[in-house]
Amino acid sequence: MPEQRIVLRNCGAVDSRSLDSFLKRDGFEALKKARGTAPDRTIEEVKASGLRGRGGAGFPCGAKWELTRKSPGDQKYIICNADEGEVGTFKDRHIIQNDPFSLIEAIAIAGHAIGAMKGFIYLRAEYRRFRGLLDTAIEQSKERGFLSGFDIEIRDGAGAYVCGEESALMDSIEGRRGEARFKPPFPPTSGLWSKPTVINNVETLMNVPPIILRGSAWFSSIGTERSKGTKVFSVAGDVERPGVYELVMGSHLRELVVNLAKAKEPNLIQIGGATGRIVPVTMLDTPLAFESLLGAGAITVFNNSRDVIYVVLRTMEFLAEESCGKCTPCREGTAVMVGIMERFASGEASERDIANLEALSRTMAVSSLCGLGQAAPTAVTDTLQYFRNTYESRMRKEPVGVKS
Amino acid sequence: MTVKVQAREEVLTALELAQRELGHIPRSLMTELAAAAGISVAEVYGIASFYSFLSTNPLGRHVIRVCKSLPCHIKGAEAIITSITKASGLKPGETSPDGRFSFQLVNCIGACDGSPAIMIDDDLHAGISTESIPAILERYK
Repeated sequence: MPEQRIVLRNCGAVDSRSLDSFLKRDGFEALKKARGTAPDRTIEEVKASGLRGRGGAGFPCGAKWELTRKSPGDQKYIICNADEGEVGTFKDRHIIQNDPFSLIEAIAIAGHAIGAMKGFIYLRAEYRRFRGLLDTAIEQSKERGFLSGFDIEIRDGAGAYVCGEESALMDSIEGRRGEARFKPPFPPTSGLWSKPTVINNVETLMNVPPIILRGSAWFSSIGTERSKGTKVFSVAGDVERPGVYELVMGSHLRELVVNLAKAKEPNLIQIGGATGRIVPVTMLDTPLAFESLLGAGAITVFNNSRDVIYVVLRTMEFLAEESCGKCTPCREGTAVMVGIMERFASGEASERDIANLEALSRTMAVSSLCGLGQAAPTAVTDTLQYFRNTYESRMRKEPVGVKS
Repeated sequence: MTVKVQAREEVLTALELAQRELGHIPRSLMTELAAAAGISVAEVYGIASFYSFLSTNPLGRHVIRVCKSLPCHIKGAEAIITSITKASGLKPGETSPDGRFSFQLVNCIGACDGSPAIMIDDDLHAGISTESIPAILERYK
């Protein structure tokens, strides 16, 4: 399936510092249209489009909006999650940097639909250099009256991967440590300061203005049965052309990493960053969609010279550092897994270590508080499935003597 | 700096500001913030120590952050680390005695299309080579 630019429609075509250049490309037309219709109709349109969350979880966007709209209360919030921290991800950076006005328009549409008068953009600390760009874009939009009755505030992150998780993100906006919350309640009923809240990823929101302007029938005609529209990917690692690509949902992994990014002798591909899947090169013909493989779109390619064990070890070290520490399965589980992977790396591991990895993976997946801990064992379980020989070849060869 | 915090939600923003203006978060400020926001000093310390861009120990005027995550690692981050140590005399985790630089290894900074990449303060330096390190550092006094 081909490349198609829906999310990246304006990237390279507008001057990200000029509202006028944005207005020449239907800028704020979708917001005007949405404000001219009943919020319920906007929500119906988004529901009918089949748009699902692009942050990795794939929750239906329209359903989230509807739940929030129907929740009782005058005070509601829309939060744009611009805290992409997954290893290998830079797609939202590309969007923010090239088309900030569309993002602002989309947040205002979401605000109108759910009945929020206030929106937040939670911007990761590493992207602080775009703060001025976003501030200017919000100011220009306000001055020209496009945001009347709606306020957007930018909150800077302070360096914490877990704050990309929606409940930790809300705790951070509330000025606390960014730790995951127990769910339920879910944000549409009780979110930021316990008020009904929608949290949408940057890329999810970017799909909204085209859906409003061109209709849900157009959008839902693109992609697969359960994954509508396109997906934006950031590709890095052992490729000749690292970068951001937008493909129709259902496109094969091969189109992305071989044809577009020009992977060189790929051996394994990590899809979705540290909490993402790891697949061998034999799976290049897998379609990229929610029903098969997707994640948030961070793709890292490793060639034949890279050590599988080392890739998993580094991935696990990242997760152990970034675990917020609130729940035991994630905090302790990631640390224990680092220890076991170190033993495989140094050739000290035994058969029992594989059994422990497998048992621990199951425990973490079912008992961790948030997505970080639940998905933390993914790199381990996938490589145990596809690269088990590598693990076995790295176990201690000699029988263990009893130490006196 | 003066603390103008009235609500607990403003604590993190105040800590971020202190980090920018003072280069770290002094103990006295944490005590002041706790009183102003009506929370314990322990809680303020808990926030200050949670986020990687905040530091309760004094940092240099410029913070060098080298990405150590996999995409940068396989594109030569180790060599970049060595050349920063050579140029600055600092090992990862150290701050120069004259207070010019702090050197840290950090997780993915979202610049993998330009690996290896480093940040100095808010600036991104991507697609760099070991040879370019001295000239880059020279720009930060």
